[in-house]
Amino acid sequence: MLTRIIAPALCVLIVMLQTPGAAEEVLVAQAANFSEPMEEIARKFEQATGHRVRISAGSTGKLYAQIQNGAPFDLFLAADQRRPRLLEEEGLAVAGSRFTYALGRLTLWSRDADRVTGDGTAVLRRGDFDYLAIANPKTAPFGSAAVQVMHRLGLEDRLSNKIVQGENVAQAFQFVFSGNAQLGFLSLSQVLDPRVSGAGSRWDVPQDLYDPLKMDAVLLSRSERNPAALALLDYLKGGESQAIMERYGYGRGR
Amino acid sequence: MDWSQLDLGPLWLTLRLAGVTVLVLLLVGTPIAWWLAHTRSRLKTVVEASVALPLVLPPTVLGFYLLIALGPYGVIGGPWASLTGSALAFTFSGLVIASCLYSLPFVVQPLQGAFEAIGTAPLEAAWSLRASKWDAFVTVASPLALRGYLTATVLGFAHTLGEFGVVLMVGGNIPGKTRVISIAIFDHVEALEYQEARILSAGLLLFSFVVLLLVYTVNRRLPLQVS
Repeated sequence: MLTRIIAPALCVLIVMLQTPGAAEEVLVAQAANFSEPMEEIARKFEQATGHRVRISAGSTGKLYAQIQNGAPFDLFLAADQRRPRLLEEEGLAVAGSRFTYALGRLTLWSRDADRVTGDGTAVLRRGDFDYLAIANPKTAPFGSAAVQVMHRLGLEDRLSNKIVQGENVAQAFQFVFSGNAQLGFLSLSQVLDPRVSGAGSRWDVPQDLYDPLKMDAVLLSRSERNPAALALLDYLKGGESQAIMERYGYGRGR
Repeated sequence: MDWSQLDLGPLWLTLRLAGVTVLVLLLVGTPIAWWLAHTRSRLKTVVEASVALPLVLPPTVLGFYLLIALGPYGVIGGPWASLTGSALAFTFSGLVIASCLYSLPFVVQPLQGAFEAIGTAPLEAAWSLRASKWDAFVTVASPLALRGYLTATVLGFAHTLGEFGVVLMVGGNIPGKTRVISIAIFDHVEALEYQEARILSAGLLLFSFVVLLLVYTVNRRLPLQVS
């Protein structure tokens, strides 16, 4: 009697637990700020190769901790160089697979059309605003780049009591977009987003004011022989991917 | 690990935030709980549901609404800004407002339960002895509801200690103003400073456990004077 109920239930459970076509699939752990270009790249890649891409977006630090603790990812697209390098050193990533897939670009943005005019250093020097939003410089590359810019302009002390930190650059953007902060050092890709673009005023920070925001990708050791993961790594280096990245406000990685 | 390097600022700020929040909530929550315990209005269920909302809503939802409401264009932040000259987000006052909403059910529900358990009989006795309504509340109902007040205070305080999602959305992580302990722990983990994260987390865990242990112990010893 009991087996009559349990056996079919077990069968159903086994069927439900199976993932279809697991061999042809690549699971990407990817820095949240890169979500939009990655979705388009993944779509093009799927059309071109027939492989399936699944994306898990999060902060680089959180994804790194998850990978350390056995998360089942194949590729790691970080927002910095440090975490992929650490994974390589710890033997969790394939040695020599690490490369810079994109460069982040920093911009100073305001919702107000007339706030940032010409050289953005003018508005920073005037200081006629309450809050300047940045990403957390300890954890987010865009945050430490923002601090570098203020330091090189000699405005660190003057601006220190106006700074509010988002946990990541996405949150810094929310602060500015909601009007709570009048200015923010953000990723150019956020400001170029079609839902935002055209609005407000911005100053693209010259690249000599901050160290290049190199974003590294790495193949994780458990997926050394996953054909879909290897193919996606190659695809990321290709011209089509790089063109998509430029359109979304990222610099070419290589 | 150099202990003097451990920044305890977020801890004091969190305790201050939890303390202020509980005080405000006891003041605001008492009349709400009293009304809920005694009303026959049809609105009761609507108010009860609203009070319980923070129990089910993800803190990020609450935080997102607050970020907009507290901002210079928001329903709270707008009038506040024209009164005081500055918006509410990224300030300690803003965090207090956020925490009060977040911890509201943890204060109102125990109080409501206590008031309901007392019922109207002791109050009617007091009124028949010519006690004013206020007098009856202060000298009869409040002492009888002592357990409820204790539970409300501790739960409200402890729940505010653990607040994370809401502060993450409206705080801005300013040292001494809005960087509370949960945010500090999150930052340490993100920055791979696991040692600091471990110490602060263990401290918070121990503190929360001791507080809850105290409540349950005291609650067992407090005589249930009702009946």
